[in-house]
Amino acid sequence: MGEIKLMKGNEALAEAMIRAGCDGYFGYPITPQSEVLEYLSREATKRTGMVVLQAESEIASINMIYGAAGCGRRVMTTSSSPGISLMQEGLSYLAGAEIPCVVANINRGGPGLGTIQPAQGDYFQTVKGGGHGDYHLITLAPSSVQEMVDFVKLGFDLAEKYRNPVMLLTDGAIGQMMEKVELFDQMPRKTKFEDWCTTGKPEGEDRRYLTSLYIKPEKMEQINLGLQAKYRKVEENEIRYETINIEDADYIFTGYGLGARICMKAMEIARAKGHKVGLIRPISLYPFPYDLYASTAGRVKGILDVELNAGQMVWDVRYAVKDKTPVEFYGRMGGIIPSPDEIIDHFEKHLLNRGTK
Amino acid sequence: MAKAIGEVIIDIEKCKGCDLCVDACPTETLALSGKINHKGYHYAIRIEGDCNGCAACAIICPEAIITVYRKIVKSEKVVA
Amino acid sequence: MNQNTTADIQEHTVDESICSSENLVYTKPQTLTDDPMHYCPGCGHGTAHKILMEVVDELGLQSQTIGIAPVGCSVFAYHYLNVDMQEAAHGRACAVATGVKRMMPDKYVFTYQGDGDLAAIGTAETIHAANRGENFLVVFINNGIYGMTSGQMAPTTLPGMFSTTSPYGRDVETMGYPLKIADLLALLPGVAYVTRQAVHTPANVRKAKKAMKNAFEYQKKKLGLCLVEIVTNCPSNWKMEPLESNQFVNDKMIPFYQLGDIKKPEVK
Repeated sequence: MGEIKLMKGNEALAEAMIRAGCDGYFGYPITPQSEVLEYLSREATKRTGMVVLQAESEIASINMIYGAAGCGRRVMTTSSSPGISLMQEGLSYLAGAEIPCVVANINRGGPGLGTIQPAQGDYFQTVKGGGHGDYHLITLAPSSVQEMVDFVKLGFDLAEKYRNPVMLLTDGAIGQMMEKVELFDQMPRKTKFEDWCTTGKPEGEDRRYLTSLYIKPEKMEQINLGLQAKYRKVEENEIRYETINIEDADYIFTGYGLGARICMKAMEIARAKGHKVGLIRPISLYPFPYDLYASTAGRVKGILDVELNAGQMVWDVRYAVKDKTPVEFYGRMGGIIPSPDEIIDHFEKHLLNRGTK
Repeated sequence: MAKAIGEVIIDIEKCKGCDLCVDACPTETLALSGKINHKGYHYAIRIEGDCNGCAACAIICPEAIITVYRKIVKSEKVVA
Repeated sequence: MNQNTTADIQEHTVDESICSSENLVYTKPQTLTDDPMHYCPGCGHGTAHKILMEVVDELGLQSQTIGIAPVGCSVFAYHYLNVDMQEAAHGRACAVATGVKRMMPDKYVFTYQGDGDLAAIGTAETIHAANRGENFLVVFINNGIYGMTSGQMAPTTLPGMFSTTSPYGRDVETMGYPLKIADLLALLPGVAYVTRQAVHTPANVRKAKKAMKNAFEYQKKKLGLCLVEIVTNCPSNWKMEPLESNQFVNDKMIPFYQLGDIKKPEVK
């Protein structure tokens, strides 16, 4: 059993980076995630020699990630919504050049400068593009401080396995809350680097170069087809989710991250009131568990999707469910966190006894 | 008295006929050919004359396609 | 361009006995690939590539050097420079180079950037990398115009100079002044070496190469950021013959962007 600690989400994320043998962190302060850079500045270099650098902007930090990750190093950056927007160009280049890295978005309310309170308004940006071109970010959604720790390690494993950037999409509440966490043991820093890494041309071998530029359309199409084939593999192998009580459920509550946590409490209340409610929590938002929703939809009376936005993941749920069962949505925006009671209220008014089962 | 004799070898298929080497040559032993290479450029050629292998042409050539040799010979016959 | 071509000149016959390795004075370094460069005839990019790679070759640093290519005409630099390379997003080369160098402080890192990449869209990344004293070389190609997008005004376009977006000449009242970013960077304590060179004559090429060699030596000593600016031509977009464009470099560009060392470290 690993070391147990009471930690703030952002600090746990930072601690996990150090323990995952991370070689570098490049970041820029923004509320509500500045503790990551602060914690690493205090702890990381003295413990593992990890490079921690405060960049001049999020644009610079994501491009420092590009350079460092291009040398095969395990590197990470974190930010919050407006900063993540600035990184979109870099993320597209990272995906295009197939450079692995992990980025965390401690989502706050938007649009624009918005608010520093938690929100989930960046779902579309993360899983439907964000930057330019046909690419995907493997996206994991932690719903607890424990998962902030676990998904750093998992994120690096997936990033390196598929040579693709990984996004941890979480929010200001998970980043700021304190919970008990079990930390994994310190992992060694990497000492061997894959053949594609630009660590200096090996004697007698060809040079390596990392690029996403292919002027000839035939070549560019082949590159795109290669990326798409990779994404199909990701979709085949890397779908992750949690289900609770779905076997006997008449209704499903669903949400990701913080939304799922609130749904869990709402499910307990609903069960206590005699309603057979189950929970689906997608952990990987890309790849999204469409089949799970599709197979569940046929045997329930309705699905209630709860998010801290105007309804974003619900598009994917509806796409999966089609007209097999009604899909209702309840969300709050602008940094307001919906309460379990509000969810029950919405469920009873809009979904209960409306189903087609 | 020593004398330098130069030879230049030009990869004419890569030449773009920019004329910079011809202009830079102090011994006037380069010119653009009347013929064209497969890219369609009048390529640089070495012409008769006393090239001394100074390599000015190779140094100015943006395509890095000129190789220069230089041999120092004691030209006793000239002295005599 | 072809006024000097002639069909009836006497082509020289090569004396093979001279062409032996002991007589070799100059040949393309193996740090350049055999790919023909895509640059227009007479473009200074090729010359700058060549001297940069000659330095890497002469110092024996091919396996120790990582280069960052920009967006602009030299976007394909990695096709020609036979060292490990990364292609950066437009303007971000200095941030990318920071990532590389911080991970591998003992390797030699350079960026190769044009005036738009370095002094317009990438100004912040350039200045902050310089201000942090990042230990890499920035090769800055200043030809006063956007070449790849075919001739728009650059931050370094001279007052009154024509481009497709200053078709009546750069009016500094409305379009701003040419940016002497090398002078600006020289003010920063993190910057070790700033020099402005040219490649329009063999003598200048030699000096520019020496400057690049200095920069690699300073990088070895970890003295801070080194910037080698190359004031050069853009025959196609200046709409000039190559020789005419080099004359323009000499007559117009260099009087404004004066050559020489702007900042030099004290030799230790």
